[in-house]
Amino acid sequence: MAGLAAAFGSGAMTNSIPELEEADCILVTGSNTTEAHPLVATRILRAVEKGARLIVVDPRDIQIARFATLHLRQRPGSDVAWLNGMMNVIINEGLEDKEFIAGRTEGFEELKAAVAEYTPERVETITGIPADELRQTARIYAGAESAAIVYAMGITQHTTGVDNVLSCANLAMLTGNVGRPSTGVNPLRGQNNVQGACDMGALPNVYPGYQSVASPEIRQKFERAWGSTSDLKAGLTVTEMIDAAGDGRLRALYVMAENPMLSDPDINHARECLKQIDFLVVQDVFLSETAELAHVVLPGVSFAEKDGTFTATDRRVQLVRKAIEPLGEARPDWEIICDLAKQLTDHASRITHHAPRGWDYSHPSEIMAEIAALTPIYGGISYERLEAGEALQWPVPSPDHPGTPYLHKGQFSRGKGRFHAVSFKEPAELPDEEFPLMLTTGRIMFHFHTGTMTRRSEKLEQEVSEAYVEISAQDANALGIGKSERVRIVSRRGEIEARAWVTRRVPPGVVFIPFHFAEAAANALTHAALDPVAKIPEYKVCAIRVERIA
Amino acid sequence: MDYRNVLTTCIYCGAGCSLYLQVLDGKVVGVLPAKQHPISEGRLCIKGWNAHAFIHHEDRLTRPLIRDNGAFREASWDEALTLIADRLREVRATHGPDAIGFLTSAKCTNEENYLLQKFARVVIGTNNVDHCARL
Repeated sequence: MAGLAAAFGSGAMTNSIPELEEADCILVTGSNTTEAHPLVATRILRAVEKGARLIVVDPRDIQIARFATLHLRQRPGSDVAWLNGMMNVIINEGLEDKEFIAGRTEGFEELKAAVAEYTPERVETITGIPADELRQTARIYAGAESAAIVYAMGITQHTTGVDNVLSCANLAMLTGNVGRPSTGVNPLRGQNNVQGACDMGALPNVYPGYQSVASPEIRQKFERAWGSTSDLKAGLTVTEMIDAAGDGRLRALYVMAENPMLSDPDINHARECLKQIDFLVVQDVFLSETAELAHVVLPGVSFAEKDGTFTATDRRVQLVRKAIEPLGEARPDWEIICDLAKQLTDHASRITHHAPRGWDYSHPSEIMAEIAALTPIYGGISYERLEAGEALQWPVPSPDHPGTPYLHKGQFSRGKGRFHAVSFKEPAELPDEEFPLMLTTGRIMFHFHTGTMTRRSEKLEQEVSEAYVEISAQDANALGIGKSERVRIVSRRGEIEARAWVTRRVPPGVVFIPFHFAEAAANALTHAALDPVAKIPEYKVCAIRVERIA
Repeated sequence: MDYRNVLTTCIYCGAGCSLYLQVLDGKVVGVLPAKQHPISEGRLCIKGWNAHAFIHHEDRLTRPLIRDNGAFREASWDEALTLIADRLREVRATHGPDAIGFLTSAKCTNEENYLLQKFARVVIGTNNVDHCARL
């Protein structure tokens, strides 16, 4: 999101899911759309039926690639190179949108200079993508009336994640594919309310609505509303908090319905760090791997037991409705937080200087009213409008504003769109003699994230009940591994066992493991190297070896 | 017999499909797709069709737990919240607000995410608040 914010001024999906159906060209990269976002894939496949050209750039032979005009299989971690290569072709062949570049962007000359050396032939040596296929791809994308880029974590979960996103933004601006329907740069969020959690300021550097904590004016606004607030210095990210727990800077951690013990990179390291902490509170519906380490565990409720809103990947704010009473003594998370806040602030030895206002809400709709008052992009959102069935995509600046299906019409959020000159960098850990294969991780159709919910869903668990490793026939033969044989996968950080799936889905030299399975956790192997700006770990590339179990 | 269909939003991926939870006598027994919704258009993926399946699972936590001598014991809300308040107050007094961190959740509602970051910033006074967007 940092990448899109730098280029456009807003770090969210630029367009809407239904618009994809009307695009003339869709470039899908780093998204296993049919498995991870099936109903987004439906729109893409409908566009294909209507004649759109689909280009898939992904190392794996995923299902959606079968519907593609071209499927480019890049070496994992080489995305900046092929994206620069496409722009090299577009500029050399004069296919760029000169009017859009002149009127709506800045930094074009720097971009042009940066991509000049990424000729298709040179890109082929870096990425393994045949030069002619890259040329064709560039011509198809640049020639389309409306072309949309769709990506997911295959683009962001790299040490060069921000560079990858900036390159996607460069490509879209170069061809004038921003600010119109069925175009844009469209990150698909993996979890139902990641977008909302970001929007709500659940980030160390921004208040709700991406208002910077470093701005004295913004700080004053929240101080006035809340009675007091934190200082101007950004806080720690998840991965930094884990490290800070390990070296004693962080003494207490409060975790609401997250499971970093399975979702963080290099979980053996994460466990050692979390064990150091003086006080760990986990609020969740199940005793997750993280909750098992806690000092206090509070029972939260499922989405069926509370009212609220979620914000979908295309900025669509939608109602969650209470269907049943909370089970046992479990309580909605919002009620728990309010009670705890009151305990801490009503106490005689009050720990803040001012008495913070507002921990008495009778219903989440009152919390939304407060959010709307302080968050310009949510300014016009209310339960009344949502109950009336309005489809509201932010920004919704006022109660009479209809919402914004696509961003950057006429002008970018930051004014002019900014090109960024980006050069290719190798992933942090490459295969070597000891660890000769590349591991990439991801999701499968039947499970979700750390599996806390889906693995307790009978039918989903029946479909896929154990971890597996996708490995090419060439690598399997070389190692003497038979079909469905259990193997050991070893990295510098840990080892797991899983069943081998010998398949053409992965190219030689690359293996894939889904990360949903606690008993064979892919994140015991992954590398905690971070993107320097977004602090996203490099889940998509690390070096491993696969061994037979004697 | 009390049967209702409750229109809500799926908890799995970020597409934001609408679905109905089928509620029979206070128990969620199934899922139905929602025809009028712009994303789901009357369809769901296999995770969506099973979005109810974990709700009544026997592993659900139903009481607060406190670790005592290495093992968890059940506790009252009063005891658990008082303990948390005391310990947070103690850590803050000894090590400062930035010695405390908060992880909010992509699984929780907007309102809950808003409140937990407000709690971190107002009650504790730290910007150490994040969630798993990057993971």
